Amino acid sequence: MSDYNFAYLDEQTKRMVRRAILKGLAIPGYQVPFASREMPMPYGWGTGGVQVTAGILTPDDCLKVIDQGADDTTNAVSIRRFFEKTAQVAVTEKTSLASVIQTRHRIPEEPLHDGQILVYQVPIPEPLRFLEPSEVETRKMHALEEYGLMQVKLYEDIARHGAIATAYAYPVKVEGRYVMDPSPIPKFDNPKLSMAAIQLFGAGREQRIYAIPPFTNVVSLDFEDFPFDPSKADHACDLCGASDSYLDELIIDDAGGRMFLCSDTDYCATRCAAGEVGAQRMTLTEGAA
Amino acid sequence: MQTQSLDGGFHNAPIEAAYAFRAVMRAMACPGTIVTLAGAEPPAPLSRAAGVVVLTLCDPETPVYLAPSRNTAAIRDWITFHTGAPLVAADRAAFGLGLWSELGQGGFPLGTAEYPDRSATLIVELPQLAAAGATLQGPGIETSAELSLPEIAAFQANARLFPRGLDYLFTCGDRLAGLPRTTKVR
Repeated sequence: MSDYNFAYLDEQTKRMVRRAILKGLAIPGYQVPFASREMPMPYGWGTGGVQVTAGILTPDDCLKVIDQGADDTTNAVSIRRFFEKTAQVAVTEKTSLASVIQTRHRIPEEPLHDGQILVYQVPIPEPLRFLEPSEVETRKMHALEEYGLMQVKLYEDIARHGAIATAYAYPVKVEGRYVMDPSPIPKFDNPKLSMAAIQLFGAGREQRIYAIPPFTNVVSLDFEDFPFDPSKADHACDLCGASDSYLDELIIDDAGGRMFLCSDTDYCATRCAAGEVGAQRMTLTEGAA
Repeated sequence: MQTQSLDGGFHNAPIEAAYAFRAVMRAMACPGTIVTLAGAEPPAPLSRAAGVVVLTLCDPETPVYLAPSRNTAAIRDWITFHTGAPLVAADRAAFGLGLWSELGQGGFPLGTAEYPDRSATLIVELPQLAAAGATLQGPGIETSAELSLPEIAAFQANARLFPRGLDYLFTCGDRLAGLPRTTKVR
């Protein structure tokens, strides 16, 4: 028995978060204002995601937390331990075993199934914020469905770089209505946003919660002659050989040596355990021996 | 003072409310899905599911409208004691509670174009609730689902207001289904 209320937050706060989640699910892509609380971690470390997770957890849940795809980074480990301590929930690193997955900036490679919930940590929820700093104005633009500015921004990318240069936090249109920031996930992950799991987004500092129900139509913004391209490094994972996963580039020596490896550590480890071998795993293993 | 209003709440509020909310969230995220709620014993004629929703979502920050069939002294006292929610007229309500013949008349906040979330959620008590009847399509539904709605035209009109509009929770005994404004009803 810990000295915290179940899942840390008090009941009135959880009710407020829960009401915001329900309205978010009813208006997919619309950012619902909520009275974000101070959490025992700094802004930028997932205070929004943590409040959403605290609002939805039950004692039966199995929680997975990832940061840029990895289960073993500081942010992921500390949030996982936070809920182990305050909600006594089971935790896992296996995507398929988790009922709730809190994520920073990635969607797991393994497709999520019906009944799972993906909670995103969101730094800036407003997709128009860097184009229009005024909240009054952006709110009006959402109300009037006035998204021309975003198309102009993408067009300027093409005029300047010859292609849409936005590589992460790539804007999407949800169910033909709201333009939404999918949080800074790589655009490689954008096609996965239409999925069987419930997706909840929490922005603590900006005090917004939004949601995408399962099987919702989510379209990445583009042009007919410059269609959306979910690009990734043109390489296979050097550890597990996967050619379909999002890769991190790792510098491994002072001589320009580098390797690519899956950003989703569970996906990579599962493939390695199944005997899949990438180009550099053998040399690494020999070097270690 | 009568003491019935003191009974029938959650025994372990954080845990029971967590389970109840997950069920309500699933119902709202996947329209047509029927979930079962437990934990509350509200006074008749309030259904158990409606009572659980009130305990899970309502508090002093959420004005509640009680339609005439649910506006009894026992129910008023029970909601006031367990949640502290102010009881108000329909046009100021965040939650409405009653039969379809009462709540279907309208008069609830629909939200604004800039704040569509400031609309009411109606808890509609139905005599029966089954996954058969009107056809539902939209977010949360892979192909299509069916739900025994009390009528169709009102929900079509509500969906046309999107992104404004009302969201519905249908209750019958201890069972509940959701119908957000995004669902297309045929």
